[in-house]
Amino acid sequence: MSSIFHQTVLTALISGGIVAGVPLMLTAIGETISERAGVLNLGLEGMMLVGAYVGFIGAYYGHSSWLGFALGAIGGMLACSFMIVLCVWLGLDQIVVGIAITLAGEGITSVLQQAQFGTSYPRLGAMGEVHIPLLHRIPVVGPAVFEQHLLVYLGVVLVFVLVWVFRHTNVGLNLRAAGEKPEALDAAGVSVTGTRSYAVLCTGALAGIGGAYLSIIGAGVFTPFMTQGQGYMAIVICMLARGRPAWVLVASFLFGICLSITTALQLAGINISTDLVNMLPFIAIMVALVLFGRRSYLPPALAIPYVRGAR
Amino acid sequence: MSAAAHLSSEAAGAGQRPPSSGAAPVVELIGISKAFPGVVANDDISFDVRRGEVHCLLGENGAGKSTLMGILSGIQRPDAGQIRVDGEAVDIGSPRDALELGIGTVYQHSTLIPALSVLDNLMLGDTHKLRLDNEGARKRLEEIGSTLGVEVDPSARAADLALGRQQQVEIVKALWRGSRLLILDEPTSMLTPQAVEELYKVLSRLKENGLAVIFITHKLHEAAFLGDRISVLRRGQLIGTLDESAVKSATPDQLEQRIVDMMFGDLAPSLAGAAELKADLGEAEQLEAVQAEPAPVSADEALTLERVSVRGEGSEPGLDDVSLTLRMGEVLGVAGVDGNGQRALAEAISGQRKLQRGEVKFLGAPVGHVGVTGRQKLGLRYLTDDRLGEGLVPGLPVSMNIFLKLIGEAPFWRQGRIRKSAIDARSKELVERFDVRTPSIDTRAGTLSGGNIQKVLLARELSFDSKVVVFHKPTYGLDLKTTQTVRQMIRDMRDGKAALVISTDLDELLEVSDRIAVLSRGRIVGEVKPGPGAAEEVGRLMIGDVSLGAAEGAAA
Repeated sequence: MSSIFHQTVLTALISGGIVAGVPLMLTAIGETISERAGVLNLGLEGMMLVGAYVGFIGAYYGHSSWLGFALGAIGGMLACSFMIVLCVWLGLDQIVVGIAITLAGEGITSVLQQAQFGTSYPRLGAMGEVHIPLLHRIPVVGPAVFEQHLLVYLGVVLVFVLVWVFRHTNVGLNLRAAGEKPEALDAAGVSVTGTRSYAVLCTGALAGIGGAYLSIIGAGVFTPFMTQGQGYMAIVICMLARGRPAWVLVASFLFGICLSITTALQLAGINISTDLVNMLPFIAIMVALVLFGRRSYLPPALAIPYVRGAR
Repeated sequence: MSAAAHLSSEAAGAGQRPPSSGAAPVVELIGISKAFPGVVANDDISFDVRRGEVHCLLGENGAGKSTLMGILSGIQRPDAGQIRVDGEAVDIGSPRDALELGIGTVYQHSTLIPALSVLDNLMLGDTHKLRLDNEGARKRLEEIGSTLGVEVDPSARAADLALGRQQQVEIVKALWRGSRLLILDEPTSMLTPQAVEELYKVLSRLKENGLAVIFITHKLHEAAFLGDRISVLRRGQLIGTLDESAVKSATPDQLEQRIVDMMFGDLAPSLAGAAELKADLGEAEQLEAVQAEPAPVSADEALTLERVSVRGEGSEPGLDDVSLTLRMGEVLGVAGVDGNGQRALAEAISGQRKLQRGEVKFLGAPVGHVGVTGRQKLGLRYLTDDRLGEGLVPGLPVSMNIFLKLIGEAPFWRQGRIRKSAIDARSKELVERFDVRTPSIDTRAGTLSGGNIQKVLLARELSFDSKVVVFHKPTYGLDLKTTQTVRQMIRDMRDGKAALVISTDLDELLEVSDRIAVLSRGRIVGEVKPGPGAAEEVGRLMIGDVSLGAAEGAAA
């Protein structure tokens, strides 16, 4: 059993946690933005898949991970534009539209994958890793943390930028007001529709990038339904983090470890049924919800369409 | 910094010109009309307000006051008519337009965000720069605060402030961008008497600073006390405006009489309902006279609380060792500053809150272990103050809301199936008896006005074999006429039933109760019989047992 603490196993565990945690983090950060603004985005799963597919296409034909991420963001934004028009502008039910986007995202990406590649699943090579000088030589942590794609570090920076935005800027204040009490924001002369629209657009972009990371870096391949519920996991993470980006970071990493534990266990030579291991993240979610669910905080105006002057 | 400086210079500019009453109006409304499906809310209304005056806009609930102000503050758009600011025609398409034109509004329902700090609330909507200008905002708050004579802790969470204090923040917020016109929509409806006093002081300082104020209310004495000019709205029409000379020359009594005439119709005798109300008012006075004699109270104990303690909820205290006795044929009032355990008391009696200690007896029998439904069936009813929340289901029709607590019971349900004919027949009868003004019994209850919603609840709680009813803030937020009707219903409970009236309106308690118990921090601190000097006595008890912190909250 001591082999579990072997250096390579730990490195693989941390590294895998990061690789699996980053898409969760990006998506959950996106969800945090839109939930703070009062829009519950159940379409994350679909947006991630669209991002994953479009991003993969970009990286595959453009031979650039950055092109892939850019296209992934655009794909995510396209997918969430339905949410903006239907829910934010027209006031339809956010839950229904969110589920519709998820289902549509799953279907469309599967069909496109089939049409494009048939039954073959082309792979991408490794790309875009940066070795941070000196730090990557630290044993165990070094290779795990400091030999990742640049996007990982940008994502972490984004988290802290967002902390600042929420705390110290007008934009952040407007976002919070839109979720806490939209009529107050409206009375203060700021468009609730506008605020919520750009919040959802950010969510779409981030979920798209999250998905693209999953296909380009995480797996190196696009397979239909490859998100496997990670969009919903992101919603749970966002809820447990009570809208605070720094907690999203921590929680995403922990769930990432749960997701990547298979590889680490294989390296350690421990033989547990993969089916059991694959259940781990979902068990972790249920445990987390049971333990901390009561502490979760949702903005009062979440999932309630705003109509001026309505009672 | 630049944003704050810009704003303050604007305010200073406004202050330089001396206040003059006969001046040109700051804002004029000309021929404003607005219709909603089924109602004409505003019908050809012309109205103006000048610098340095308080123009009171008076009318019953549903007279169209709030719609008119919604139009001025950019929430609603008029169907016809023109708005002029400083003589120029303007188009107010959104709240932002209104703010930019210098029209600040304090809405009836708080627009503060409870979870945010005072400063964050005030800064909301300042979109000149990306970064929040905390320092500038602090200075601006101090500046406006000193003008108004108001001091607020900028970093306090809005939710932690007393209601009166919250409203002061709302006023600061409305003036934040250098408004020249301040609209206050029913500002006193949530306030303690002390907080109302403070509000009056703030208003007089605003006047001195040359601001124009529109003060919307349905309380006569407020309008008579505050208004430089008074306009009366009724059923969407502007009945008339009493100008300054008319207001100043009349004694308060004459003035109130004139306003009553305008509101209820001697000047327009064709309108129905006017005579009725006059009769109601007259009757009320007579009843007060009657009430001075001790009412015959039977010895039967209707409701007894024996050393009851219950837990509080959130910042509200629970009950601590409360004993009360209500006899049949009696109306017992419970006075106290809001948030001193009123809700806990009501819910302990209704069965919604578990007793920690003590016992509740109904008609001599202990009911502490009986559930909510059980107590209702026994005839112990509770008229909640949370009308729109636990009071009714807004999306269900009026008829179903009347039967909400009888679901599944014969003869209105049979073997799990609803008997619509029985329900409809009984609902129609009750709607008529309680004078609920609704288009039909199938109308969704949530669309009714506040007064009519209360009548629906009264129809439910006072019918179906009720014996003892707990009224919690029964007339809070209601218009004059409905208030009188409800108070009459409470007095009628003396006839073979009993009532416990929990209210923060002392005048109301003095008017309807046989005895008044005073609740303070979850304890009954004394009992007073209505009569000369009773109000002072109750006031003394309300404050007397209260430690410094709570007294501060009461005053704020």
